[in-house]
Amino acid sequence: MGEKPIEGERKAFMTGNEAVAWAALAAGADIMYGYPITPQNEIMQYWTRLAPKYEKKFLQTEDELSAGFTTIGGVLTGRRAFTATAGPGNVLMQEPLSMAEAMRIPIVVAVQQRGGPSTATVIYSQQEVTLTCFGGNGEGLRVVYSTSSHQELYDYTIKSFNTAWKYRFPTFILGDGYQAKMRESLVLYDPAERGVEMVHPEPFVGKPGVPGEERTASHFRNTYNIEEELLEVLTKDIEEYEQMKPEVIEYSELNTQDPDILVIAHGVVFRSAAMAVDELTGSGEKVGYFRPITLRPFPQEQLRKAAAKAKQLLVVESAHGQLLKIVKENLYGLNVPIRTYLRPGVGITPEEIIDECKALLAGKEA
Amino acid sequence: MEIQPKMPKSWNPASKPHKFCPGCGHGIVLKALGQVIDELGIQDRVVFGCDIGCSLLSWDFFNVDTVQTHHGRTTPVMVGIKRANPELIVIAYMGDGGGYAIGSQHLVNAATRDDKVSLILVNNTNYAMTGGQMAPTTMPGQKTETTPYGRDVTQAGYPMMGPEMVSAITQDNAYVARGSVAKFRQLKGYIKKALENQMAGRGFSFVEALSTCPTNWRTNAEKTWAFLEDKMTKQYPPGEFKVPAVKEE
Ligand SMILES: Cc1ncc(C[n+]2csc(CCOP(=O)(O)OP(=O)(O)O)c2C)c(N)n1
Ligand code: SF4
Ligand SMILES: [Mg+2]
Repeated sequence: MGEKPIEGERKAFMTGNEAVAWAALAAGADIMYGYPITPQNEIMQYWTRLAPKYEKKFLQTEDELSAGFTTIGGVLTGRRAFTATAGPGNVLMQEPLSMAEAMRIPIVVAVQQRGGPSTATVIYSQQEVTLTCFGGNGEGLRVVYSTSSHQELYDYTIKSFNTAWKYRFPTFILGDGYQAKMRESLVLYDPAERGVEMVHPEPFVGKPGVPGEERTASHFRNTYNIEEELLEVLTKDIEEYEQMKPEVIEYSELNTQDPDILVIAHGVVFRSAAMAVDELTGSGEKVGYFRPITLRPFPQEQLRKAAAKAKQLLVVESAHGQLLKIVKENLYGLNVPIRTYLRPGVGITPEEIIDECKALLAGKEA
Repeated sequence: MEIQPKMPKSWNPASKPHKFCPGCGHGIVLKALGQVIDELGIQDRVVFGCDIGCSLLSWDFFNVDTVQTHHGRTTPVMVGIKRANPELIVIAYMGDGGGYAIGSQHLVNAATRDDKVSLILVNNTNYAMTGGQMAPTTMPGQKTETTPYGRDVTQAGYPMMGPEMVSAITQDNAYVARGSVAKFRQLKGYIKKALENQMAGRGFSFVEALSTCPTNWRTNAEKTWAFLEDKMTKQYPPGEFKVPAVKEE
C-alpha cells in the first residue's frame, strides 16, 4: 500500500477536475478508466499524475463505450473503479450504464456537462440532466448528485463511492464545465479522519474457492427469457430504489415560509440563485429558494411542501427545461404557477435572476 | 466429430442439456473450453464473459464466475476485470457479429494494447441469434436474411479475416489461431495455448472457431458439415497465425 494521499485537513486552491481526482484518491478508488473529452480531461490528467504514487491504476480506452464497460469490469473485481465523461461521451456511456443499472453494478461516473446537442460547446451547460438521470433503455435507477462548488465536488465524489457500493445503483457526480475548469478554494481531507467510513467493496467475481465445489459460481446476466422473469427482477430493483430514497435524498432550502417567489435551481446555477435570493431578501422582498442536490432520486415531498407555501415558482437553469420537466412531474396536481428562466448552454448571473424576480414581483403588484 | 464421453468438471450440470440448437457448433467450442479449464486447473480463477448473440445462452454454462455483457462489449468488460485484478484469467466469448462488427474497435484496441486477455470468437458466418442476417464473415455469394440473393461483395463488402488482421496488429508475444469445430482436438489445443499465453502473462490471445449454425443455414447434418469443411475452411484457413516463442522457465 502506498502512503495516504491526504493527511489531516489541507486547504487547497484548484480546479474542479483536480478536486474530483483528489477526492477519488481520498475515497480509496483503485482504478480509473476513461476517454478524453473536454471539459473533464483534467480529471484523468490529474489522476494519471497522482495514481502511480499511490499504486493506483489507469486505462485510457478506445472510446466511452469501452470506458464504461471496462469500469464495469473493474467494479466486478471488487475494486472502487470510476470514469468521467461529458456531452457526446455521456451519450455513448449510456449503454454500459444501462447494463450497470440492470445488473446493479456500483459504477461511479463524474459528468462535467458541456453544451449540447451534439458537439456544441466544450464550455458549459446543464443540458445533461435528462441523459444522466434517465439515459439508457431503463427506468433511471440511478443516483445523481448535482454539485455547486469545488468543496461539493470533493465531498460528493467521496460520497458517490459509498452510495454506489452501499445501494448498488450507478452513481453520478454531475458537474459542469465551469465547475470543472475554474479554480476555487476548498478543504481536502481524509474521509476516515472526519469519521466517514468507506463502504467495503465486495468482489462479484473471483472470490476464493472452486465454484461448484466450495462455493456457488457467480452467474450474472442481463437477458431474460420471459416477460414475467424480467418484471420480477425489476420489481425488486424498483422496490429497493424506493426504499433507498429517504436515505440518499438531499436538498437545501431557504425562506420557504410563504415566499412571493420560490426560486428553483440546481448545480452551479444554484449559486447565482442563492446570491439573488440573499440580495432580494436584504432589500425586503419575500423570496426563497429550493435546491435539489440529488436530481435522482428527487426530493419530491420536500419540494411539494415548499412549493405549496409559495405564491409562484421560478425555475432557473442553463437548459431548455430539463430541470423544469422534473419539477413539473414532481409537483403534479399542485396548483402553483411556474415561471421559468431557461438559458440553454449559457451561464446565469445573480443579476439576471434578480431582474427576473423583480419583474415578476412588479407584475404581481400591478 | 469426436464424441467425448464425460462432461467437463468445469461445466455446470444444472444447466445441461445446454440450450443451443441440435448440431450447433457453440456447444463443441464450449466443450473444448471446459476441458481446457479442467486440464489447466483454473476453474477457481477463470472469469468467463459471454456476449449477446447465441453465446448469451452460455451465461450459466460453466461452474465458473460468468458475466453476460452486451452485444460486442465482452472484450472491454474482460479487459476491465483483468486490469483491475491481473490474478484472474479472463475469457471473452463472442460471435463474429459481436467481435468483428459492433465490437471491432474493442478487438483492435485490446489487441494493439496487448491486453493480457483471451478472446474466443465463434465464426458461424451469420448473425444467428437475430435470425440469420449477414455478418462480417458471411461468405461471398452466401445467402442470408439480409443478402437474400447472396452476398454481393461489390455492395456488401468482403468477409472479415479476423486472425489475419489480429496477427498483423499484435506483438510477437500474442497468440493467434483459427480452429474449427470439425477438428476438436486441434481447436482445443489452440484454446489451451491461448489461455496458457494469458496465464504466463505474455500477451493478447485470440482464437477464432469456425462453427456451425444449421438453424440459419437451413442445412441438414450432412450439408452442415460439408459447408463447414469444404466452403468455410477454404475462405478461412485454419491454423496458427502467431505463436509466441516460449522461453525456458
Ligand atoms: C447494441 C445492440 N445492437 C443489436 C443487438 C441485436 N443483436 C443481438 S445478437 C446480434 C447478432 C449476433 O450475431 P453474432 O455476434 O455473430 O453471434 P451469433 O448469434 O451468430 O452466435 C444482434 C445484432 C443488440 N443486442 N445490441
Ligand atoms: S441459431 Fe445457430 S448459432 Fe444459434 S444456437 Fe442455433 S444453431 Fe447455434
Ligand atoms: Mg455469428
